Amino acid sequence: MYEFAYHRPSSLADAAKLILEAGDNGKLMAGGQTLIPTMKQRLASPGTVVDLGALKDLAGIKVEGNAVAIGATTTHAAVAASKDVQAKIKALAELAEGIGDRQVRHLGTIGGSIANNDPAADYPAAVLGLGATITTNQRKIAADEFFKGLFETALKPGEIITAVGFPVPEKAAYMKFRNPASRYAIVGVFVAKTAGGVRVAVTGAGQGGVFRVPDMEKALAGNFSAKAIEGVKVAATSLNADIHASAEYRAHLIGVMARRAVTAAG
Amino acid sequence: MPTVNLTVNGKAVSANVEARTLLVNLLREQLGLTGTHVGCDTSQCGACVVHVDGKSVKACTLLAVQANGSKVTTIEGLASGDKLHPMQEAFREHHGLQCGFCTPGMVMSAVCLAQNHPNLTEKDVREGLEGNLCRCTGYHNIVQAVLAGAQAMRR
Ligand SMILES: Cc1cc2nc3c(=O)[nH]c(=O)nc-3n(C[C@H](O)[C@H](O)[C@H](O)COP(=O)(O)OP(=O)(O)OC[C@H]3O[C@@H](n4cnc5c(N)ncnc54)[C@H](O)[C@@H]3O)c2cc1C
Ligand code: FES
Ligand code: FES
Repeated sequence: MYEFAYHRPSSLADAAKLILEAGDNGKLMAGGQTLIPTMKQRLASPGTVVDLGALKDLAGIKVEGNAVAIGATTTHAAVAASKDVQAKIKALAELAEGIGDRQVRHLGTIGGSIANNDPAADYPAAVLGLGATITTNQRKIAADEFFKGLFETALKPGEIITAVGFPVPEKAAYMKFRNPASRYAIVGVFVAKTAGGVRVAVTGAGQGGVFRVPDMEKALAGNFSAKAIEGVKVAATSLNADIHASAEYRAHLIGVMARRAVTAAG
Repeated sequence: MPTVNLTVNGKAVSANVEARTLLVNLLREQLGLTGTHVGCDTSQCGACVVHVDGKSVKACTLLAVQANGSKVTTIEGLASGDKLHPMQEAFREHHGLQCGFCTPGMVMSAVCLAQNHPNLTEKDVREGLEGNLCRCTGYHNIVQAVLAGAQAMRR
């Protein structure tokens, strides 16, 4: 890892100022569970790192009316263990519990996960599948506008995620076919029946990262059952192929995981 | 160079480090606590697990400066004098190690797991140790050791 200047600001305003000053050469750091491995491999070599770890206001979970707001630096372990999340959006607590391993969950954060937008990460499926809203230090961004492709998001340089608001669904479930070594999703499908309709979001499979499956959403809107989507196929053409799974296999798994998620949602 | 102040195994420690110094390097190279191992470059093996403020974390994936102000416990901090911690004793008793390279990380992960689960099942242990790899044992005796160690910790 190359040496860098390290800052640990104690206010959001200072963090915003430091990261803007650092320009292209700066990186925010939350749990470091993606950034540090990438820096160790020298895939990233920021000159300045702005650590959000001292911003205690950014961590925490609040139920606000019919929504659950999760602070950006809330760890995966805290989301998994939260009685509020378990009671309101069990699928989200279970998703968090399935990320990586206990040690990664003790440090990794929701803000870091969605800012990174790894095509195999779990949280993007929940954020898109539930139609969450991402709050930053500048604005609010709807999930449908947030994920822009592989490791790409709508965040502007220096923009800091402060919280993610999840509307409480009628029912929801997440099913992941995971890579047994890393636990990342080979295919993960989040299905939710919400006030705004049924949403189906797929992670792990798309060449452009997380995506929705409108044909499944339509079929499930009329009949929320695994049977309703038995005939719905996702084309393999825009799916990933790698040593873990071919595009055709991923296309097949999307159907299997989606049906399991619908059944689990009940 | 940044200065970090830590409490390591109950003792106050102050050290000058580069920003890029990983906690595991501070522990091993500057503090001489070589019980914490490094088994990979990819944050996957768990040989480096220590407790930071009571939570098991990978010391190879945490900067020393991030841990500033924290309480760190390493494998060297578990025993009291000559008396092994119940989890260490259980690994010995149940043959939970062969070469021993993964063992410090296994024990540290297991202690944190047991502290947070009052009634560990075999499934909890297998899931709880997913971040710890062992090339030797096939895990069976490690799981038996952790179940026994967790029970002994409650006594
Ligand atoms: C062994 C291992 C296994 C893993 N398995 C999984 C898995 O199964 N599923 C999964 O989804 N993930 C997995 N991960 C990744 C893990 O969930 C990370 O914690 C997560 O992707 C990044 O969160 P972080 O807080 O660690 O972010 P960091 O590593 O600190 O940052 C990641 C990126 O996000 C940016 N960032 C961080 N916080 C903010 C913010 N508030 N606003 C704007 N930008 C921000 C940073 O600048 C950086 O570019 C795994 C990681 C490891 C090491
Ligand atoms: S040395 Fe392998 S996970 Fe830390
Ligand atoms: S005992 Fe040799 S790696 Fe586990």
